[in-house]
Amino acid sequence: MSDDTILEMRNITKTFPGVKALSNVNLRVRRGEVHAICGENGAGKSTLMKVLSGVYPHGSYDGQILIDGAEVRYRGIRDSERDGVVIIHQELALSPFLSIAENIFLGNERARGGVIDWNATNAQASALLTRVGLAEAPETVVMHLGVGKQQLVEIAKALSKDVRLLILDEPTAALNDDDSAHLLDLIRGLRTEGITCIIISHKLNEIEAIADTTTVIRDGQTIETMDMHGAEPVTEARIIRAMVGRSLDHRFPERTPRLGAEVLRVEDWTVHHPLDPERAVVRGANLDVRAGEIVGIAGLMGAGRTELAMSLFGRSWGTRISGRVFLHGEEVQPATVDRAIQLGFAYASEDRKRYGLNLIDDIKHNTTSAALDKVSTAGVVDNPKEYVVADGYRTKLNTRAPSVDTVVGQLSGGNQQKVVLAKWMFSEPEVLILDEPTRGIDVGAKYEIYTHINALADAGKAVVVISSELPELLGICDRIFTLSAGRITGQLDRADADQESLMALMTQHKER
Amino acid sequence: MTASASTTPAAAAPEPQPAAPKSATQRASALRQYGILGALVAIVLLFQFLTGGRLLMPNNVASLLQQNAYVMILAIGMLMVIVAGHIDLSVGSVVAFIGGVLAISMMQWNLPWPLAVLLALVVGALIGCWQGFWVAFMGVPAFIVTLAGMLLFRGLAIVIVGETIAGLPAGFIAISNRGALGWLGYVGNLDVLTVVIGVVAAVGLVVSQLRNRATMTRHGLAPEGAAMFWIRNGLIVALILFFTWTLANSSIGTPFVLILCATLILVYAFVMNRTVFGRHIYAIGGNVAAARLSGVNVRQTNFWIFVNMGVLAALASVVTTSRAGAGIAAAGVNFELDAIAACFIGGTAVTGGIGRVSGAIIGALIMGVLNMGLSILSVDPAWQQAIKGLVLLGAVAFDLISKRRGGAGA
Repeated sequence: MSDDTILEMRNITKTFPGVKALSNVNLRVRRGEVHAICGENGAGKSTLMKVLSGVYPHGSYDGQILIDGAEVRYRGIRDSERDGVVIIHQELALSPFLSIAENIFLGNERARGGVIDWNATNAQASALLTRVGLAEAPETVVMHLGVGKQQLVEIAKALSKDVRLLILDEPTAALNDDDSAHLLDLIRGLRTEGITCIIISHKLNEIEAIADTTTVIRDGQTIETMDMHGAEPVTEARIIRAMVGRSLDHRFPERTPRLGAEVLRVEDWTVHHPLDPERAVVRGANLDVRAGEIVGIAGLMGAGRTELAMSLFGRSWGTRISGRVFLHGEEVQPATVDRAIQLGFAYASEDRKRYGLNLIDDIKHNTTSAALDKVSTAGVVDNPKEYVVADGYRTKLNTRAPSVDTVVGQLSGGNQQKVVLAKWMFSEPEVLILDEPTRGIDVGAKYEIYTHINALADAGKAVVVISSELPELLGICDRIFTLSAGRITGQLDRADADQESLMALMTQHKER
Repeated sequence: MTASASTTPAAAAPEPQPAAPKSATQRASALRQYGILGALVAIVLLFQFLTGGRLLMPNNVASLLQQNAYVMILAIGMLMVIVAGHIDLSVGSVVAFIGGVLAISMMQWNLPWPLAVLLALVVGALIGCWQGFWVAFMGVPAFIVTLAGMLLFRGLAIVIVGETIAGLPAGFIAISNRGALGWLGYVGNLDVLTVVIGVVAAVGLVVSQLRNRATMTRHGLAPEGAAMFWIRNGLIVALILFFTWTLANSSIGTPFVLILCATLILVYAFVMNRTVFGRHIYAIGGNVAAARLSGVNVRQTNFWIFVNMGVLAALASVVTTSRAGAGIAAAGVNFELDAIAACFIGGTAVTGGIGRVSGAIIGALIMGVLNMGLSILSVDPAWQQAIKGLVLLGAVAFDLISKRRGGAGA
């Protein structure tokens, strides 16, 4: 055991009823490095980190954990935090109604005899905020912060606990490019301070940029550990190959578009903010999609992408909505979600857990939830038929679950997204709007999702894809609209578009 | 991959699937269902022993059903309310108020009792409309709306009834105090009609289970093992026949309220398991935002849930008022808590989205057996209440602990 090893996990095996999540995983992290852990959804990354941080207590797994060469047996998060091991989960765990300072010292209050010393609290919080580069007052209520800033608060909270080993689970999954870049800079800064970081991420370019060592996990087993500064440079393709166990030459499946007649046309679409009816979030947008076409919508955060999509989908967002919608050349009024679905609209939300799925119900009920009438007669559901339908989609989309009786909340992100896709495929839409269809999903599952999107287009659907990742839009779309501050600022054919030209249009502000 | 993404997959051509293993949660939930049933049986046996065999004497079984019918009726409605993520605190007061309506319509307006019952159901539906309107369309939390309703209808009950309106007609009183007895004659001491009903129920159950099994097999799904199937059904049939025999020996035969409750259970189990309406209730309770974006009319569903609760509260009032033989302003106190407790003992999730009619009924029966057994033992009513409180706490705690041990969530 060399002195520069801060953490060693030996032969970790963890089983859930019916599933072996981890099988003899080994992990060695050097002091002061940034250590990336990669793997497909469900590979066991998060489970491994939960074992490490004591979320799964000692005794619920097999194997040994050594910190600084000594075996530790954590019974909970408090134990691991005492050793300076702090985990920041993918879903941030801040209390929305409390201030930044209160959140930072939650459970660790600056207090004397049970009475909180507010001066110390705010002063120390202020110092921590400077350290993480967040220019907010410590009294600010967390609810008013964006996800990127909340992430920084989480890190400040970790620093307040004298963290030595910081674990970040998908820290940039919900962040835009600017916030991600800032976060990566911060992690570099922590490294120079001597704090060791374990980072779980699907964004391989980030890993390439920041990691010193990368460990790849697949199917609950350690596949290999790569030195990122070794003689042979580790490329994204190299990591992907290890993750999926095969080489993935193309990130995007090939497709030859066969375009048909126009399916959807939107004219002069304007939407106002529901809480601030004077503020137009989408302004006079024009849009058209043909049969068999995949149309992308590119825009920065807050450009009004989701607002545009949801307002079209049965006016499920916004107020004072005006404009005209044509389906196959005929004007339609999708005024409610129910009506929109009947007309042939489908909208898969960017936030599948909040808006897409009933997480405590099973796959089959979620699959049929948008088109229950198709498996029922006179209001009575044909349960066996429903089962068969749902099972058909499970097989077709290769959803990894023991059966369609599996509760959706237990699936990994990629498999949950497949259930969302199945749900909207079953509603047999004419127009399918997919909002961030691959957010938080690993490379292998992304490829599968793209394949299904292509199949939908080839079947003559009009598909609209909203995405923050420009390579994704360039990889799968036939045509891309750009949205900036609620206005459509341009449209480019796939052949004419690249990241620079799109970004130029996305940041263009024109006054009317 | 496949090119024909649009056409309904396997629906048209169901290919036989390999036996799909049931997921861990699925098995845990099935086990839980048997778990509460086991708890009910254990409590029955315990009191059977403690009371020296008096608990299961024919007349005691009959009156157990008659005295607790209201809990079962209310628990069914409450289950739907709770699964949708709401609560209804007003049902006890509504029972008292409608009891007043019943008594006044029969005693002061001289309506024949069937018309009075019909009127009561209409009034119940209107009360449900009132509360449903505030919850579903105005967005006031159900806790507030029904807390207001609890005060409002208790007040109105006292206004219209005063204290007691007694002397209700015999036909009405028969509902909760008599049964279908002797209509087909007797064999020895046994009421033939009761025996027939029991045998028909047992045969019907087995036939429907067999048909269910056949459909599953036809669709290529894996049913449970044959041995398990027959053991389970054998036990249930034995239970039904035992109670048939007991009731056939009682002085009233098959209580009318048993027929009422059994019908409600069948109808509502079907509504919750098999209908679009029922599915929408689970969808709303599980994730209201996702339900809305799946085209579920959340407001309408919520509204009808409360209308339904109002009608069931009216039915409970009919049963209670008939049992008491009078309209009483102070009737129905704590009924809402009995119904809520029955749901939670029966495994309904406090946060909504999960719960079954059968569970709520078993919960109601557990409460009923406790009531009956403790009364036979002449335990002080104050202590009875304390014991019921502990049983509720224990049941829900047990549920949570067993779930945690099951290792939910990854």
